[in-house]
Amino acid sequence: MLYDVVIIGGGIVGTSIARELSRYNLRIALLEKETELAFGVSKSNSGIIHPGTQNPPGSLKGCLCVQGNTLMRKLSKELGFDFKEVGELIVAFTEEEIARLRQLKKEAEALGVPRTRIVDGRWLKAHEPNLSGKALVALYAPTAGIVSPYRVAYDLAENAGRNGVEIRTHTRVEGIAPAGLFQFEVATSSGIFKTRYLINSAGLHADDVARMAGIDDFTVRPRKGEEFLLDKKRHYLTNHVIFPLPTKISKGVLVIKTSDGNPMIGPTAEDISDKEDLSTSDAGLAKVLTEARKLVPSIDENDIIAYFAGLRPVAGDDFIIRHEDKVPGLVTVAGIQSPGLTSAPAIALMVAGILKKKGLALKKKLLFHKKRKHAIHLFEIPLSRTKKLIKKDAGYGEIVCRCEMVSAKEVRDAICHGAKTMDGIKFRTRAQAGRCHGSFCTTRIMKILAEETKKQVTEVTKRGRGSELVKEDRANG
Amino acid sequence: MIKKITCIECPKGCSLAVDIENCKVVSVTGNECPKGEKHAKAEVENPMRILTTAVLAEGLAVKMVPARTDKPIPKSLLMEAMEAVKRIRVERPLGVGEVIAKDLLGTGADLVSTRRVEKTS
Amino acid sequence: MVSRDLVIVGGGPAGMAAAVSAYENGVKDILVLERDQYLGGILNQCVHTGFGLEYFKEILTGPEYAERFIEKVTRVPEIEVSLKSFVVHLAKDKTLTYIKPGKLETVRPKALIMATGCREKTREMVHIPGTRPAGIFSAGLAQKLINIEGLLPGKEVVIVGSGDIGLIMARRFTLEGAKVNAVVEIQKQSRGLLRNVVQCLEDFEIPLYFSHKIAKIYGKDRVEMVDIVKVDEQFNEVAGSQFRIACDTILVSVGLIPENELIEMAGVELDKNTNSPVSDEVNETSIPGIFVCGNSFKVYDLVDSVTKDSVIAGRIAAEYLRSLK
Repeated sequence: MLYDVVIIGGGIVGTSIARELSRYNLRIALLEKETELAFGVSKSNSGIIHPGTQNPPGSLKGCLCVQGNTLMRKLSKELGFDFKEVGELIVAFTEEEIARLRQLKKEAEALGVPRTRIVDGRWLKAHEPNLSGKALVALYAPTAGIVSPYRVAYDLAENAGRNGVEIRTHTRVEGIAPAGLFQFEVATSSGIFKTRYLINSAGLHADDVARMAGIDDFTVRPRKGEEFLLDKKRHYLTNHVIFPLPTKISKGVLVIKTSDGNPMIGPTAEDISDKEDLSTSDAGLAKVLTEARKLVPSIDENDIIAYFAGLRPVAGDDFIIRHEDKVPGLVTVAGIQSPGLTSAPAIALMVAGILKKKGLALKKKLLFHKKRKHAIHLFEIPLSRTKKLIKKDAGYGEIVCRCEMVSAKEVRDAICHGAKTMDGIKFRTRAQAGRCHGSFCTTRIMKILAEETKKQVTEVTKRGRGSELVKEDRANG
Repeated sequence: MIKKITCIECPKGCSLAVDIENCKVVSVTGNECPKGEKHAKAEVENPMRILTTAVLAEGLAVKMVPARTDKPIPKSLLMEAMEAVKRIRVERPLGVGEVIAKDLLGTGADLVSTRRVEKTS
Repeated sequence: MVSRDLVIVGGGPAGMAAAVSAYENGVKDILVLERDQYLGGILNQCVHTGFGLEYFKEILTGPEYAERFIEKVTRVPEIEVSLKSFVVHLAKDKTLTYIKPGKLETVRPKALIMATGCREKTREMVHIPGTRPAGIFSAGLAQKLINIEGLLPGKEVVIVGSGDIGLIMARRFTLEGAKVNAVVEIQKQSRGLLRNVVQCLEDFEIPLYFSHKIAKIYGKDRVEMVDIVKVDEQFNEVAGSQFRIACDTILVSVGLIPENELIEMAGVELDKNTNSPVSDEVNETSIPGIFVCGNSFKVYDLVDSVTKDSVIAGRIAAEYLRSLK
């Protein structure tokens, strides 16, 4: 079978492209090496939909970010994920910083970021009461928003799947052989995929994939970021996403409002060499706490309930999005670090444009399923609605995760919508993500997962093969 | 020879000094109650432990039935006793204290249920 | 909305003792809400002995200790027990919302006793650096997996912290055929009872490292090994003391925290360090008519103490109800 387009990498970029292209009469496959989508770079994303500030004028990422911010709102309505427009504050503490802030505002305006303004100390006190009293002024960009990054990727992929895209997880690309112009044979751990167009959105491994196809002019270097999540009961800590002034390599340590309610602090920015190194460190914690407390002094170390590290795929200062003229039919989408999540829908449009220009006929489907039903999460709806839901389906009345209030029905729905692992369930439902860290709900979720997927409990994994939770079952011993 | 041992008869955990001659206890000091002396003697001459564990159930309301030996068994037999426990299946409802296996490994101790277990409802 | 004289949240040892005590002190309308499918709480998974010596003057296992109270509670018709009932909201005026299969109910008690127990501190709370693979469990979760679910979490274990559950689990894993390679305690002495160090570690020659901590966890998908390092009096790492132990499982047993998020939701003031309610009198809170007992009031070493504390809570709740009349 010959595909029109094969997309390598099922993170936020790959799933965005898949969904965008699923409007057209095309045979498409999305290949992901992990057991579930968004288990690479995307899973550590902080979920901020940036307004477009903090990008150099004329940069590709600045332009795509501004466009993506608008597109993400539309997507949230179509696919039913939450988009909360909370706004961002970039805070200045000295006169020198105020000058830089004004420069940032100019640059943002040049990029077309709407409605930015400088707000003074009084405004800050009224609107962000926990912000440090030492803050002089801030650049306020009201169009910043927050989403759950994994849910965006899952919803995009599910909708793409509904519109005919083949989603192949657990499929690692092992080799790419050009079989003539606009002809590729992609060898994978699950067989060979023949395709006319090939999109490389392999995140951290985009350079490895590029090399398989004969492109070797860029390298992806991992830049580690450690993030720390606070207890949901501190949701009131901030009203906006709060930034210090950006440095050359990162946007600094932020205090982030998240769509699930847990404030998040971080990330660090450390260039490393190992693309698999997701370890966190004492030094990272110390740095994040110190930096975050400069913004919000009342942050308490005891409120940290989770931490993790993510790797940004850095390939130079800007995104690399281009057709490889040396290898006709190959499109590279690499170096998609921040603001990658925000830009993803715009990147998808840009890639569709490139494909069209390179001869791919984009003919709209007669029936494109644009909409997806909003998944129900008890923690975000009023109890009166929960009451009605429970009457309709008793499964909503069976609470599985006490910290985050997740019912058995939500867990079953997540599995039905593609979750195959404990982490997959966590990312979709938040079960196990609260303050007790799964001490209470792990056994319940394991049993539901085993039952729904018709597997042994000993086969249930945290995030795919090799990460089985338990070793033996007395019943089988 | 004086041997220091910690009494495990109760949560106090008295530190006992046991005077031993020819593998026999001559005297015990440091104990706050008579149990300590008894424990010290047993500990030197033939240490005994209650085995607590869980046994696989079939067709009952729980998967595992918690169980214990109704009296201490030689410490040296604990691992062997566990091998026997792993082979047992409880298939009928039980009350607390009901025997699951009689005379475990010929120790004279019975393995008894420590929980009321009913049929699957 | 249903009105009740007394609602007790939690059907573990604290909730059951409080219910019986309140009944014996004259309260005749009691509702116990238990989230699990049976009464007994965490005692059900504590299959080891060590319970009841003070209160019953007998050596009991957890389930046996629980059974003594389950029997009493279920014999009294004035005590209604609602299982699989999960409290999701508590308002300042004591209005409680709970969910059970097929139902969301609201109840407004005149007095409320919270007997919600405690939860284990996690790896995240003590900030152990390294990766986050499968194979890291709280000691209590491992206990539940083995004793309730019949599942063995791992074969080569390192235990962080010498809390009682950790020590008990060292023996439990050994009896199940797994190997416990080390128990690592940052303090200079055991946090758990001495008898547990003897009968759970020394009996099985399991090494216990005092003044040591885990410096790093390794493993991508599953735990592979840990670095262990000695610490000085100020808990700073001692240079050059690091060594590595291979393992597929890490148990975390570094202490317990009272579970008081519900009363916090209602506006009860909690101590920032202990998560216990701030109050002048034992078992009382800053909201009149809301009482807290057992491990949610204060983490006790022995269940016998939990019972004693809860008996008092049952009595003072009864006195409070009388004072309303």
